[in-house]
Amino acid sequence: MTSQSSPHTPLDLDHGRVEMTHGAGGRAMDQLIDGIFRRHLDNPLLAQGNDQARFAVPPGRLAMSTDGHVVSPLFFPGGDIGALAVHGTVNDLAMGGAQPLHLSAGFIIEEGFALAALDRIVASMARAAREAGVTVVTGDTKVVERGKGDGVFITTTGLGVVPEGIELSGERARPGDAIVLSGGIGEHGVAILAQREHLGFATGVRSDSAALHGLVAAMLAAVPGLRCLRDPTRGGLAACLNELARQSGVGMQIREAAIPVHPEVAAACELLGLDPLHIANEGKLVAICPPERVDDLLAAMRAHPLGAAASHIGEVVEDTLRLVQMETGFGGSRVVDWLTGEQLPRIC
Amino acid sequence: MRYVDEFRDHALAKRLAATIAAEVDPGRDYRLMEFCGGHTHAIFRYGVQQLMPPRLRFVHGPGCPVCVLPMARIDQAIALTERHGVTLCTYGDLMRVPGGDRRTLFQARAEGADVRMVYSTQDALRIAREQPGREVVFFAIGFETTTPPTAVALEQARAEGLANFSVFCNHVLTPPALAAILADGARIDAILGPSHVSTLIGTAPYAFVPEQHRLPLVIAGFEPLDVMQSTLMLVRQINAGTARVENQYRRAVSESGNRKAQALMARVFRVRERFAWRGLGEIAESALELAPEFAEFDAERRFPVECAPAREPRGCECPAILRGEKRPTECRLFGTGCTPAHPLGACMVSSEGACAAYWSYGRTRDRAAAG
Repeated sequence: MTSQSSPHTPLDLDHGRVEMTHGAGGRAMDQLIDGIFRRHLDNPLLAQGNDQARFAVPPGRLAMSTDGHVVSPLFFPGGDIGALAVHGTVNDLAMGGAQPLHLSAGFIIEEGFALAALDRIVASMARAAREAGVTVVTGDTKVVERGKGDGVFITTTGLGVVPEGIELSGERARPGDAIVLSGGIGEHGVAILAQREHLGFATGVRSDSAALHGLVAAMLAAVPGLRCLRDPTRGGLAACLNELARQSGVGMQIREAAIPVHPEVAAACELLGLDPLHIANEGKLVAICPPERVDDLLAAMRAHPLGAAASHIGEVVEDTLRLVQMETGFGGSRVVDWLTGEQLPRIC
Repeated sequence: MRYVDEFRDHALAKRLAATIAAEVDPGRDYRLMEFCGGHTHAIFRYGVQQLMPPRLRFVHGPGCPVCVLPMARIDQAIALTERHGVTLCTYGDLMRVPGGDRRTLFQARAEGADVRMVYSTQDALRIAREQPGREVVFFAIGFETTTPPTAVALEQARAEGLANFSVFCNHVLTPPALAAILADGARIDAILGPSHVSTLIGTAPYAFVPEQHRLPLVIAGFEPLDVMQSTLMLVRQINAGTARVENQYRRAVSESGNRKAQALMARVFRVRERFAWRGLGEIAESALELAPEFAEFDAERRFPVECAPAREPRGCECPAILRGEKRPTECRLFGTGCTPAHPLGACMVSSEGACAAYWSYGRTRDRAAAG
């Protein structure tokens, strides 16, 4: 995002559209960067105006993560691709216990995309970053021909610092540990599904898209010996638990009755034959915790707005087959398997 | 969730389980075949089998439309897109089903075929309206339940003169399939009868089951408490030595069924002479094709595609499993060569298939039994 001087004719943010020249490196691109990206994302590191941002880092181990966002539709109840691109990467850092510092953002924009929509997305991204206490310090913009993209794709990379003494990792779950879920599942996936015009049914469900590092900090302050954290995004809670079981070489036993599901999410899943356990979340986490600390952990989570509905959903068990099993609300029991195939494409 | 949670009540389930346990004769086996994949799914998803006494076993029947669709029909669908360049609209669960040469519609789409996943026949009609320059084919499958929506779409297409819309018809009929299994001598003691199918056809078409085969049949709803109550009704019939058609699913099923839908189906379809069922073989008068008045909307006439009948994978026990003779775990491919991610046999390709349900939900019980 290098810049010379501001062009004289302003962008037409009401009716203008992205053209190939906006990605060509010339005056039009500079105008787009100034008129949208720099205007919303402004911070001293971005303002350095070099091909890279340079900054000092606090002591501790660095954590780095990257995430591409291709969600369709771009705007949905409870969020949009801009906020999601911040939350997704911040959460990937937070699941390692990292305090997120900076993000980079790469935009691939389709020719003809409305400047007003782009402006709205970047404004939302800036707001999400501000709320999360991170800055977007470097970026890139490319424009592809009409038909070669779908509006806009955003890739964000994040950098954070893990404080001393925090050791969170997916292979640390041990038999006897408690499994805790931060709140109701399936809200993001169902909010997206309801927006897809060809389904034609409306629900009041909003995406749970949110940055979780504040909640994580509160959890680590209460229980520094937490074993692992993971956010159940694509593949839902089922995939998340199966991943952890495989990584740690353990089984899991959960209780369906303890898993919070918003009634409208449950109803939408019922209608469409979907299992809420397989539906994506963007603002929830699973924590594995030593059993003796689970009450402290739950108290800390419930005191935070993003963990108000936190629930102790089950236990880690010994199992060479590494199965996730569930006592059903009905009183029987079953295996909770990975999702097979494609349930819903382009949810994040 | 109102009208749903009531049928999944934990306390009621416990009481029903206790009643069933008290009434079964411990000296005999109870083999109950659930015809429908919907029942198979409910039994596994809610863990109903574990609530049953040890000698009462659910035997999983062939009522999963994706499972019984012959592989050659998948090959034909792929050929429609590749040789005739049509836009194929299909329900999502058909996308992963391998055809005779192991290719799926997903693969065909990745290689450039125009395959759209739809949730209803209305989506397919909309695509045809929006793209008058494209030939749009709806890949119709299913038992009697999914047939009326296809019929409605065909009547709409005719009324609108939607010349670029057609249907690749694979609708099948429940009673002939049930008759075929029973004629084969399936080793079962009673039948949990179809739920949604019966809302359409009513209870009358099942009269042959007690009359010709001396087996009790209870039309059962798809909720887990429906399954348990129907199980109790069947246990009582077995104990009493009676064989009757009973209707547990009274809130939706009548004796004569939905006459309006039946009339609609009769206008739009006619019975095929024969249809090859995957796993069960050819069954006479067991499927539907478009009636002559709708011939212009028949994709098989509009785009003739011949495909050789496909051979089933070697070692696959699906035919025996679909007839209730074997359990999924008795197949040597189960969980080794054949899993939901890479299905070989018919029963693994849909989540309603016996093998897929067993794999996804049911592995615990067998392990407990083995251990």
